[in-house]
Amino acid sequence: MSIKLYEIAHSRAGDKGNTLILSLIPYDEKDYELLCNLVTADKVKEHFKEVIHGEIVRYELPNICALQFVCLQALAGGVTTSLVMDTHGKTLSYALLEMNLELPETT
Amino acid sequence: MKQKEKIRIGCGAGFSGDRLEPAVILAEKGDLDYLVLECLAERTIALAQKRKAIDPAQGYDPLLERRIALLLPLLKKNKIRLITNMGAANPVAAAGKIIEIAKRQGISVKVAVVTGDDVLKSISGDEIAIETGNPISRSGQVISANAYLGANAILPALETGADIIITGRVADPSLFVAPLVHEFGWSLDDADIIAKGTVIGHLMECAGQITGGYFADPVKKPIENMSTLGHPFADVWPDGSTTISKVEETGGNITLATVKEQLLYEVTNPYQYLTPDVSADFTTVYLKQDGKNRIKVTGGSGNKKPSTLKVSIGYKAGFTGEGEITYAGAGARERAQLAGEIIQQRLKSQFPDLRTDYIGHTSVHPSSLANVCQPYEVRLRVAGKAATADQAAIIGEEVEALYTNGPAGGGGVRKYVNEVIGIVSILVDRNKAKSSVIVKNYEH
Repeated sequence: MSIKLYEIAHSRAGDKGNTLILSLIPYDEKDYELLCNLVTADKVKEHFKEVIHGEIVRYELPNICALQFVCLQALAGGVTTSLVMDTHGKTLSYALLEMNLELPETT
Repeated sequence: MKQKEKIRIGCGAGFSGDRLEPAVILAEKGDLDYLVLECLAERTIALAQKRKAIDPAQGYDPLLERRIALLLPLLKKNKIRLITNMGAANPVAAAGKIIEIAKRQGISVKVAVVTGDDVLKSISGDEIAIETGNPISRSGQVISANAYLGANAILPALETGADIIITGRVADPSLFVAPLVHEFGWSLDDADIIAKGTVIGHLMECAGQITGGYFADPVKKPIENMSTLGHPFADVWPDGSTTISKVEETGGNITLATVKEQLLYEVTNPYQYLTPDVSADFTTVYLKQDGKNRIKVTGGSGNKKPSTLKVSIGYKAGFTGEGEITYAGAGARERAQLAGEIIQQRLKSQFPDLRTDYIGHTSVHPSSLANVCQPYEVRLRVAGKAATADQAAIIGEEVEALYTNGPAGGGGVRKYVNEVIGIVSILVDRNKAKSSVIVKNYEH
């Protein structure tokens, strides 16, 4: 079964210079492991191939059941001088949540 | 001084343009010990520096007068101390303005000013920018240089007994760490306890973001009574544990989810959240629901503070020109795209990196992500960089000229020219930014 990330998780985008920071938090903490398994840094890189040009580091925060993606070279040169509409990349949290997940078959 | 059992700190503003009312409600009904107003984004201080260059009496937060006029009577009545970075590029002038307001209102006030963040005079231009790896002078003409001061710079101001502590650039969490250190006698060298304070500061500093404001999504994350969104307060105990809550009658919600989103907000490494006070580890934080709109925060640990301070450099980065026009109805997308192509052809020799965006279609997310269907209306946006304001204006003029020159049915033109202030960062030795405190008094 395929679902959108939006169905099971929420996200907020943050910025530091040319770095985009995306949290990913499941509504149900039971889904944390699923997200750890399915939403890898590589998968996020592929999803954002037109946006993120640098490395993506994924941090796991099991205490609060959340993931954090720190994405380099992602904000068109940086918040203060870029010509794009959304210079901070604030709307990109919802771009992450557009990702489709193939859920493993359950019996 | 007898140590208090717990300290309650409210955060009444999370950015320079934040709403005024939530701070008033906190001061009125929050039973606070301290109120913090965090009003300095990365670029705010460079813009303030520009205002100060034009008028030496300016350069503090544009909303300072309105905020202080509303809050001062409540602060005095309820014995709340205010800590704010509304001083921006001119904290001394800000204090002068506060004294002026106090005189007008007939209220005695003692204001302590924290100075020393402005290190522009010591900047040579040869310093290497972290972002570019090049000397900062190569980015453009430097107009501001402000070091992020820490809690140690705010402490002497608190020790003066001032009602209001006004600063320029300090690290946002330090605005919260300082009163906790002051009240509980924490050691600035105790990295674990300072990290706990830093977690609290980080959770609080964006005000309405933790009470459900920027969190809300009516489909998946509904929040109650958004129009009366309250701002948060933190009850902090001497061991650094805290409960985040808000004034009962206010709108918004504080839940595990809102606190998780805020904890991770803008954090580039959850193991090492660097401030002038500490390197804080957010991965050791625990959160627990403790009643409706109450979240208990425990854990958090730290390592020694960095040996350098971050200095934010503002520089002149030219101008941007923008023009927008909307097309609607059948073929809206095709007409907008034709308009975009026409503008590109007319301007590409002058503006090689001219940008065309199709608002309502693919303007903020690329088409590979978008569920692209035929939009009913599309707004073309054209944007480019220029060395002068006159050159930048040409972009909006060309967009406006689409009125008579076509394509058909374009309307609602808006055009903009803005000066761009760029920001880069450098690291300097801590000793380069020496802070001091000036006290201003008004006795009624």
